[in-house]
Amino acid sequence: MRFVDEFRSGELARKLVHELETLVEPGRAMKFMEVCGGHTHTIYKHGIEDLVPAEIDFLHGPGCPVCVIPMGRVDDAIALAERPEVIFTTFGDMMRVPGGRGSLLEAKARGADVRMVYSPLDALELARRNPDREVIFFAIGFETTAPATAITLLRARAEGIRNFSAFCNHVTIGPPLKTILDSPGLQLDGFIAPGHVSTVIGTRPYDFMARDYGKPVVVTAFEPIDILHATVMLVRQLREGRCEVENQYTRVVRRDGNPRALAVLEETMELRDTFEWRGLGWIERSALKLRPEFAAWDAEVRFELPGTRVDDPKACQCGEVLVGAIKPWECRVFGTACTPERPIGTCMVSSEGACAAYYNYGRLAKRRERVPA
Amino acid sequence: MKLRDEVVTLAHGAGGKATRALVEGLFVEELGNPLLAPLSDSALLEVNGSRLAFTTDSYVVKPLFFPGGDIGDLAVNGTVNDLAVAGARPLALSAGFVIEEGFPVADLRRIAASMALAAKAAGVPVAAGDTKVVERGKADGVYVTTAGIGVVAPGVALGPERVQAGDRVLVSGTIGDHGIAVMVARGELQLEVDLQSDTACVLELAQALLTLGGEIRFMRDPTRGGVATALNELAQAAGVAVHLDETALPVRPEVVGTSEILGIDPLYVACEGRLIAVVAAASCDAALAALQAHPLGAGAAVIGEVRAEPEGLVLLETSFGGSRVVDMLVGDPLPRIC
Repeated sequence: MRFVDEFRSGELARKLVHELETLVEPGRAMKFMEVCGGHTHTIYKHGIEDLVPAEIDFLHGPGCPVCVIPMGRVDDAIALAERPEVIFTTFGDMMRVPGGRGSLLEAKARGADVRMVYSPLDALELARRNPDREVIFFAIGFETTAPATAITLLRARAEGIRNFSAFCNHVTIGPPLKTILDSPGLQLDGFIAPGHVSTVIGTRPYDFMARDYGKPVVVTAFEPIDILHATVMLVRQLREGRCEVENQYTRVVRRDGNPRALAVLEETMELRDTFEWRGLGWIERSALKLRPEFAAWDAEVRFELPGTRVDDPKACQCGEVLVGAIKPWECRVFGTACTPERPIGTCMVSSEGACAAYYNYGRLAKRRERVPA
Repeated sequence: MKLRDEVVTLAHGAGGKATRALVEGLFVEELGNPLLAPLSDSALLEVNGSRLAFTTDSYVVKPLFFPGGDIGDLAVNGTVNDLAVAGARPLALSAGFVIEEGFPVADLRRIAASMALAAKAAGVPVAAGDTKVVERGKADGVYVTTAGIGVVAPGVALGPERVQAGDRVLVSGTIGDHGIAVMVARGELQLEVDLQSDTACVLELAQALLTLGGEIRFMRDPTRGGVATALNELAQAAGVAVHLDETALPVRPEVVGTSEILGIDPLYVACEGRLIAVVAAASCDAALAALQAHPLGAGAAVIGEVRAEPEGLVLLETSFGGSRVVDMLVGDPLPRIC
């Protein structure tokens, strides 16, 4: 299939792997963080860890939109969904994320009207068709999904649709990266930076990582060939003593991003003073809320929320997984108390979550590593 | 497997781990008996020296009419196929209808006519039936439950316990057509895909394979949960590993493309007219030829092999050169956000 097969070519992969083998210094370990959950998924789905030289280690970053939503916000979502007048709409992989009082899927089974949508525009359409109900969209995700929410809000305002609102949990990718770079004892040699989010924000927001922290960055697309290519680019930077923000995803990503998407974001949303991230804690100016002009479409303004903060489960080490401090299987509950059937942490829920990806696809590698050398 | 949930969620109906927990942790606990214990497509009963296969299935598909079929032929084919992969020839079916008040009679007639056509093609009568009507809003149009009984010829021996390392795994045609066709037909995705459900009766394919005798070890129809779920259940029941070759999997470009857009994997998408067969390596070519000789098996392929290790797992050698575990899903494949 065109635009899929060429990015999964085994032959091209072998060439890139060969290039990596000639580039790495035997015995010198290199740790790269793939920021985005989509990358984590690709790495496991295609068995990339098996292919690259042993010196190269991939660590999983905070870029899984489902994984970073704190439990209290899930509880708020459930409280909204349980209101009798509400049709609560959400992306599919948010359905199973556990809050302090279960998941949206469980709330749905208890009678809440929770519906899966593929786009916030589908939620707006539900509002049009159900004028006697309140349709709320659970807006989550980085700058990748935020413009779609923005467009929907603009359309709701233009059409005067008053029974639609967004429960805004959009987050921004820069601040958590800075949090990771500031974390003590950081051992990272470079970043495979997210692709889709960069189609919106461009590559400039990563400049500080190379400039201020001396870490090479390669903005990368999502096919397995892309990941291998980006790995080659990172290793080359290190070998040549360069430290730059490079763009591997040139087929889509522009240096300045997508001005139209950025403009609608600017028009509808503004930064929150602070926002809690699952596992990472409170990060200043790291999330978006609706501007006051959109209060009529802001579920946080229009409905009362419990707003109760819920501590992450003590046993769960999602936070350490999300900053690359530990591998999924090094978490004390991985695969025992925490499984995709009964996730404790969010990383075990979405197929983009490092733990779920590892559990679903990668358990063999773990078995191999357990074999004493 | 324990059932720890307090309420039934949609995940319990998706055919994956949650379904298994519901079946094993509740129904088997309450209703368990030697006939039910194998939890296979059909129960096998000995009656006066003959072996009967007995099965049942409920159909709640939405929309009721979709490209390539409707709930009527689906309900007949599904139950006939469950008998066929147990090595049986169907003798008779029953059909129960739960109908929502207000449902158009013309649609019901269309469904019944479609059942009649499918039953005729399979050479099996619908010998018993039942109808119930529930208030408007208490059901989604119509639900159909069929049961079937069939007879297994002497000498036929199929089952996971017969599967051995070295055996080959075949599939009778492209995978995921039904599930994707129905998903697209729901009209929620605003995708235009030219794709038909694969709903069909696999009886003739199964009977053709049975001519291989003892060399044919095991058959399944990969419905809910798809090829991945069927093979995981086999790997666990047989205590073997199934190694799949991604480049050998027959998947239509339309199915690949739609799955890519939704972020789901065709390996978990339902087929309703396909058959998975495990055969001895020596008979692999003969089995493939037998399948391909039939119009319904023209797209048959050898997709993998059985090995001893790692026990209980399904592995996929990716076209990219890596390998990964193909696990059972918990519930429905959930589309990814980005």
